[in-house]
Amino acid sequence: MEATALKERESQIHRNGEKPFSIVCDKDSLAGAVSQRACVFCGSRVVLYPIADALHLVHGPIGCAVYTWDIRGALSSGPELHRLSFSTDLQEMDVIFGGEKKLEAALIELIDRHQPKAAFVYSTCIVGIIGDDLEAVCRKVERLKDIPVIPVQSEGFKGNKRSGYKAACNAMARLIGTGDTKDISKHSINILGDFNLAGEIWMIRDYFKRMGIEVVANITGDGRVNDIRRAHGAALNVVQCSGATMDLANMMEEGYGIPSIRVSYFGIEDMSEALYDVARFFDDPEIMARARELVQEEVAKIYPEIQKYKHALKGKKAAIYVGGSFKAFSLVKAFRMIGMDVVMVGSQTGTKEDYEELAEITDPGTIIVDDSNPLELSSFLTEKEVDIFVGGVKERPIAYKLGVGFCDHNHERKEALAGFTGMLNFAREVYSSVMSPVWHFVPRNSSSPGDKS
Amino acid sequence: MSKMPNYISTTNACKLCRPLGAALAFRGIEGAVPYLHGSQGCATYMRRYIISHFNEPIDIASSSLSEKHAVYGGAANLKLGLKNVTSKYHPQLIGIATTCLTETIGDDVPRILQEYAKEEGTGQTLPLNVHVSTPSYAGSHMEGFHGAVKSVVEQLATAAPTKRSINLLPGLVSSADYRYLSEIMQDFGLSSTILPDLSETLDGPALMEYEKIPQGGTPLAAIRGMGGARATIEFGRTMNTNKHGSGGLSLQEHFACPNHCLGLPLGIGETDRLFALLETLSSRTTPHKYVQERGRLVDSYVDGHKYVFGKRAIIYGDEDLVVGLTAFLAEIGIKPVLCASGGKSGLLSEAVAAVTKGILGADEMPRVLEGMDFFDIAAEAEQLGPDLLVGHSKGAPLARKLNIPLIRVGFPIHDRIGGQRLLHLGYRGAQMLFDTVTNSLIEKKQNDSPIGYSYM
Repeated sequence: MEATALKERESQIHRNGEKPFSIVCDKDSLAGAVSQRACVFCGSRVVLYPIADALHLVHGPIGCAVYTWDIRGALSSGPELHRLSFSTDLQEMDVIFGGEKKLEAALIELIDRHQPKAAFVYSTCIVGIIGDDLEAVCRKVERLKDIPVIPVQSEGFKGNKRSGYKAACNAMARLIGTGDTKDISKHSINILGDFNLAGEIWMIRDYFKRMGIEVVANITGDGRVNDIRRAHGAALNVVQCSGATMDLANMMEEGYGIPSIRVSYFGIEDMSEALYDVARFFDDPEIMARARELVQEEVAKIYPEIQKYKHALKGKKAAIYVGGSFKAFSLVKAFRMIGMDVVMVGSQTGTKEDYEELAEITDPGTIIVDDSNPLELSSFLTEKEVDIFVGGVKERPIAYKLGVGFCDHNHERKEALAGFTGMLNFAREVYSSVMSPVWHFVPRNSSSPGDKS
Repeated sequence: MSKMPNYISTTNACKLCRPLGAALAFRGIEGAVPYLHGSQGCATYMRRYIISHFNEPIDIASSSLSEKHAVYGGAANLKLGLKNVTSKYHPQLIGIATTCLTETIGDDVPRILQEYAKEEGTGQTLPLNVHVSTPSYAGSHMEGFHGAVKSVVEQLATAAPTKRSINLLPGLVSSADYRYLSEIMQDFGLSSTILPDLSETLDGPALMEYEKIPQGGTPLAAIRGMGGARATIEFGRTMNTNKHGSGGLSLQEHFACPNHCLGLPLGIGETDRLFALLETLSSRTTPHKYVQERGRLVDSYVDGHKYVFGKRAIIYGDEDLVVGLTAFLAEIGIKPVLCASGGKSGLLSEAVAAVTKGILGADEMPRVLEGMDFFDIAAEAEQLGPDLLVGHSKGAPLARKLNIPLIRVGFPIHDRIGGQRLLHLGYRGAQMLFDTVTNSLIEKKQNDSPIGYSYM
């Protein structure tokens, strides 16, 4: 049988235990390899998307805007401007003569119509080529309308999704420092890198509230422009999903001396550790006591039901392929908690350190892969006889076609998977896919009438 | 008729970009891999969008261009990409569509492909290439789809020996529609080439092993033979053939293969036109099976007519689908009040008038608007007071706001499963549509009623 991976891609796949750890990553996707990655624009769009009272205008032909319309499950407790898809829908004439005039007019029209608190203007591939001066247009409209109008340098071809995260962070950095920070508690944080999918940030905020900690800004789940403007008044940045918002935390550390810690809200272990880390930072015994109490209370609520799932799922096999590898750490632990073995783990944009750590925390034989594609992923699922695959929409049909269970852990999901409740939801979702009776009928488990004997 | 305000910005577009249409069309050719010459994001976004409708794998390859390629040209990456696709997928054909990036930097794809053939072609058989120019800033996914079909016939069809077969170019319809069309052709005893054919490639069975390229699609040999067909039937009253030509017209021009352009066969009127043509082409009368289908359909129209009469419908989506749906809705007594599309063929109004002639009076004609987005449609809806929306799933937020039923048809259906199994065409499709529309209106009435009748 021929190798599944292209020769140029072999160095981006590591099998635990076969050789000393080595993996190549952080490089451009190989042409023709059908990468699961998106582009710079996608990176910026997903990070800024949940800021619900900002106008998000995509400057380019219609595709970029229409494929990202209401794409995230990022909820808002108030305005829902972020759920609309705005575009300049550039036409041939705009490409020839430049799109600046159209952009300016579109911005003014939309700002007048929706009265947003700020506007983000996303650059797309073509804008990078025709050379529209986004800065100049944004500055002009900013003066005219008296709200921040911020260009996002997210031309699709200028790097990968990670460069898009950076561009989004640069854009947000222009807001930070412009708001009033008085009356902010000394026990205060910003939540970075949670996007309030299915209401997750509301749970997390509630935990911090119960600990006596003030959240200044959600960055960006259920985000508000005015909160972000005063984010520099917080004492600590609590950063999840390091790929997306770590750059911003670093900028804030440099600019405002705000330290940051990296956390994850997935799984009991990491969720608890996140709360303890924050408590430790404030070095206040009362906060720590409240954190302990909270964890105990929350774990007690979910533990019995999780044990039930664990019993049923014991020894089943899981594969993970996610956007950023940081989430994968938590997933490996979460699967362990419900008795399952992770046999493959990969990501679109992990770093060498991430993969090395993954190699350390997974069992021998586990496949670790960077920037994979459908042919590789499907072959791993078959080879490892996986029971459930965790990924996003693009990974789903790969699993389903082969008769393998699936759990959506991407930004489109409608189930809250963060926090303690999220762990229970995760266990439930894994259980409801793995234990479904439909697998009895799929070809890998059964024959069907008409099969040749 | 009041004029729409001419907004500069677009909000919630009612169209997709041109390369997506081309990628879908290429997916319907046997052994083909769709390929986008552009940056990585386009292919990934389109895959995600298509997967959310079909729940099927769709691998779309990409040149994955980065900044230096944007400056120096994408030729090297296009060649590398083709090489990698060839070695991993072993395709018979690679369908290459451009994107706004590569159109703007001026990559000369035909020339690059010639160079590639020269460099790589010695000593091995390369898969065929078909290329189509699909700048996303001109036209929508429908121009992309029809453009890909046209490129395929122009670049592959040959002056084959005359056969009795018929070419059928249905445009973008559901997998169930392609299956049904094939069944109709067979039942008329007509051998046919349906291009493309998404019946299997985007609605396949559960598998033991992942197929690099899904089974099915129009066979290449059949496409090559299209020049020798007896006739072409092409669906689409709003294809702007003056501007873009069409697959059917190309076959007529190059191979003197007569082209019959019909509307999408939606509802009885438009389907009768197709069956009349098939009777002529096959020299047979309509098979009993379809006579019965039509008979049952008429019978059901009678059974249900009171529940739908006079209800006001907004129809939106791809122009040809809008035309066909309007024909169907008008013939069952529903009043189309707005026909809207993001497309801009310039032909929508004329086509709607043509298919509703004899059914709608001059004072009953709907507003027909091209270049619409959902902001415009919502604004219109406020004035028009519709009882139902008919279109793809992107109208769901509007239907929810208006608290009226949305009849999900066409592409995409992102909030339900089985979009590819929705049947729209022919008498059988009209039956499905009629039952769905009627029952949705009855359900709405039942749910809103304080009494809760358990009979209609």
